[in-house]
Amino acid sequence: MPLVKAGQIVEDRYVRVLDDAPIPDGVPVIVSGSRFLADASELVARDAPIGVLWPNDRRVAELEPWLDRLSLIALVFPKFRDGRAYSQARLLRERYGYRCELRATGDVLRDQFQFLVRAGFDAFEVKKPADARVFAESAARYSVFYQSSADGRSPALRRRLQGAPAVKAREAV
Amino acid sequence: MYIYDDLDRTLVNERVAEFRDQVARRLSGELTEDEFRPLRLMNGVYLQLHAYMLRTAIPYGTLSSAQMHMLAHVARRYDRGYGHFTTRQNIQYHWIKLEELPDAMADFASVGMHGMQTSGNCVRNITTDQWAGVAPDEIEDPRVWAELVRQHVTLHPEFSFLPRKFKIAVGTSGHDRAALAIHDLALRLHRNGAGEIGFEVMVGGGLGRTPFLAKTIKPFLHKRDVLSYVEAILRTYNEFGRRDNIYKARIKILVHELGAEAFAREVEAEWQNVKDGALALDPAAFADVASRFVYPAYERLGDDPPAVGEARRADHCFDAWMDNSVTNHKVPGYAIVTLSLKPEGGTPGDATAEQMDAIADLADRYSFGEIRVGHEQNLVLPHVAQRDLPELWRALDAIGVATPNIGLISDIISCPGLDYCSLANTRSIPIAREITRRFRDHDLARDLGRLHINISGCINACGHHHVGHIGILGVEKNGEEFYQITLGGKADEGAKLGALIGPAVPYAQVADVVEDIAAAYVELRARPDELFIDTVKRTGIEPFRERVYATR
Repeated sequence: MPLVKAGQIVEDRYVRVLDDAPIPDGVPVIVSGSRFLADASELVARDAPIGVLWPNDRRVAELEPWLDRLSLIALVFPKFRDGRAYSQARLLRERYGYRCELRATGDVLRDQFQFLVRAGFDAFEVKKPADARVFAESAARYSVFYQSSADGRSPALRRRLQGAPAVKAREAV
Repeated sequence: MYIYDDLDRTLVNERVAEFRDQVARRLSGELTEDEFRPLRLMNGVYLQLHAYMLRTAIPYGTLSSAQMHMLAHVARRYDRGYGHFTTRQNIQYHWIKLEELPDAMADFASVGMHGMQTSGNCVRNITTDQWAGVAPDEIEDPRVWAELVRQHVTLHPEFSFLPRKFKIAVGTSGHDRAALAIHDLALRLHRNGAGEIGFEVMVGGGLGRTPFLAKTIKPFLHKRDVLSYVEAILRTYNEFGRRDNIYKARIKILVHELGAEAFAREVEAEWQNVKDGALALDPAAFADVASRFVYPAYERLGDDPPAVGEARRADHCFDAWMDNSVTNHKVPGYAIVTLSLKPEGGTPGDATAEQMDAIADLADRYSFGEIRVGHEQNLVLPHVAQRDLPELWRALDAIGVATPNIGLISDIISCPGLDYCSLANTRSIPIAREITRRFRDHDLARDLGRLHINISGCINACGHHHVGHIGILGVEKNGEEFYQITLGGKADEGAKLGALIGPAVPYAQVADVVEDIAAAYVELRARPDELFIDTVKRTGIEPFRERVYATR
C-alpha cells in the first residue's frame, strides 16, 4: 500500500507493532490506541517517534494530553462510506491544534483525496497504486470551496467579500 | 432567483469534469460497480430497473425560464421526451445512458444546475416553501437561508460520508408548505417573544419503515448561529449515527434511541465549541448571498381587475380554475398560479419536453421568467399579474396543466413505483392514474374538498404515504401486489402519521376502496365544509374501516 506525503509516493519509516509484540528500540513505531493509552508516559519517553492508530469510534479528545508528544496519528476508514474519521481529523487539527503527521488509512481511494486534504490529513495510505500515482491532480480537482475547514483555504463567502477575485490558479496541495 | 457567480459556476464545472473522469474509469473497468456506486450516487445517478436514472436538484424549488428550457432539452436529447418532478424539488430522468451522463450534466451546468448530493449519504437538496418570496403570510424569504446552508454543505469535507442521507428543509410561516416534520433537519423561521426573527430547530423526522415526526431541539436559534448549529448537529450525527444497519442509520433512529433531550444536549455541548468560530454568520457575507437573489420589478397594480371578474362570470371552467389554482400574492395586483401536473389518467409529476418549453415561455411572458416546483409535484408561476390570468389560463389549458384539482383528491403524490424503481414491491403510478379517472368529475372532487392522497410502492415511503390524508402503501404478498390504507396523516404544521384501517387490499380494489372512503366521508361529515381530515380526526378511523370492510 503506497504512502503519499506532500503529493509524492514516499517510503513509510514507521513500523506497525501489534499489541502483543515487543516494541523495537530506536525505530519509529505505530501502536494501537488502547496500547498507547495503557502505557502512554513510557511510550512518549522512547528515543524514537511514536505514532498511534486511533479507531474511528473513540473520541480523539482522549489523546489531547499527549498530542504534543505524538509524531503521528493514523485514523481509519474501514469502508469508503464510513466518514467518522473526517470529523476526528478536523477536531484534531482545528480544535486541539495537532500539527504533526495525520495519516488516512484503510479504504482510501482517489475520490476522497480532496475531502481528506481539506479535513486536515497530510499522509495517505492509498489502497490502489494507480490512485497514489495521480494523487496530486486528484486532490486538486476543485479550486472553489464553500466552507472553511482544516486546510485553511478561504471559503467562497469570504472570497466574495474580498471583491471576489476571479478563480485563482489551483493552489498546490 | 439566485444568480450564480464565477465561483459557483467554476465549482459546478469542476464537478462535471470530475464525474466525466469517474464515468470514464467505470466504462474502462478501472472502477468496479461497487466503487463507482457511491460516486455516481453523489451525483444523483441511480441504476434502476431499466436504465440509469439522473436526479437533478432544483434548489429550494426555484427555476428560471432558461433552466426550464434546459430541463426540456435534456428530456429530449438524453431521455424519452419527459421528466418527473419529485417530492423533494428535484427532477428525475429515468432513461439515461451512462456514457451520455457527463454531457447531460455539462448541459445542466451551463445554466447553473447540477445533481450534486441529490443522492448518497450526504446532505441532500435543501427544500423550502414553493411560494417563498411571494406568500403573503411569510416572515421572510427562506430561500436566502436555504442557499446559505446549501453552499455550506456542498462538497463538505466532513459531512459527505454520513451514516445515511440527510434532508434539510427551511420553512417560514404559520402554514407549513415544506413538509418540515418529515425532514432529518427542519429550520423554521419565526419570531420570538421579543420580536426577533430566528429559527425553530427540529430534528429526526423521516418516513420509511420507521416513521417519525421531527422533534424540536431548540425553540429559538439566532440567525447568526444557523451554520454553527447545523455543523454541531451534523457532527453529532456523524459520530453517533448507527452504521451497523442501513435501516437504523438515519438520524431519526439516533434521536429516538438517545431521546430528543439527550441528543439536544450532545448538540448543545458541541455547539458551544463552534458557535463563536468561523461559522458565526458574518452579516456582510449573508447580505452578499441575499443580494444575489433578484426580485421582479413589479408594476403598481390594483387587486381584482374587473376584466377578470367578467371572464369568471363568462366561463365556468376559468372560474373553477381561479377558485382552485390561483392564490393571493403579497404584492397587490399579482397572483400565484399553480400548474397541475396531475391530469386525468396521467403520471403524477411528469411533464413532457413540449410542456416544459411552453411553461418556460409562459413564465417569460407572465411571471418574470420564474417557475417554482413544489413537494406536491406541481409547478408554480409565482408572479402573475391578475389582469393576465384569463389569457394565461387559456395557454395553460392548451398544454394540459390547468386541471383545477390542486389540493383535491386527484392531486396525488406518488413515487415512481415498480414501473421504474428497483426498490419497489408494487406499482404506484397505475393506482394514481385510476384514482384520477374515478374522480374526473370536477364537481365531485370539489365537493370532497381538500384531500391528499399519497402513494408509495414500497416501505421506503418515497410517496410519503404516512402523511397522506389517505395513505396507500404497496406491499407484496406471495408475489401479488397488495396495498395498505392509512387515514388521517398530515404533512403540514399539524403533522401527524396516518393510522392503518385494516388488512391490505389487492391491486384491483384500491380505487374502489378510495371511493368507499370518499363516500363514507360525505355521509359522516358534520357540515359540508368540514374537511375530510377533520372528519377523520373527529370520528376516528372506525366508521371508515366498517365501510371499507363491510363488503370485503
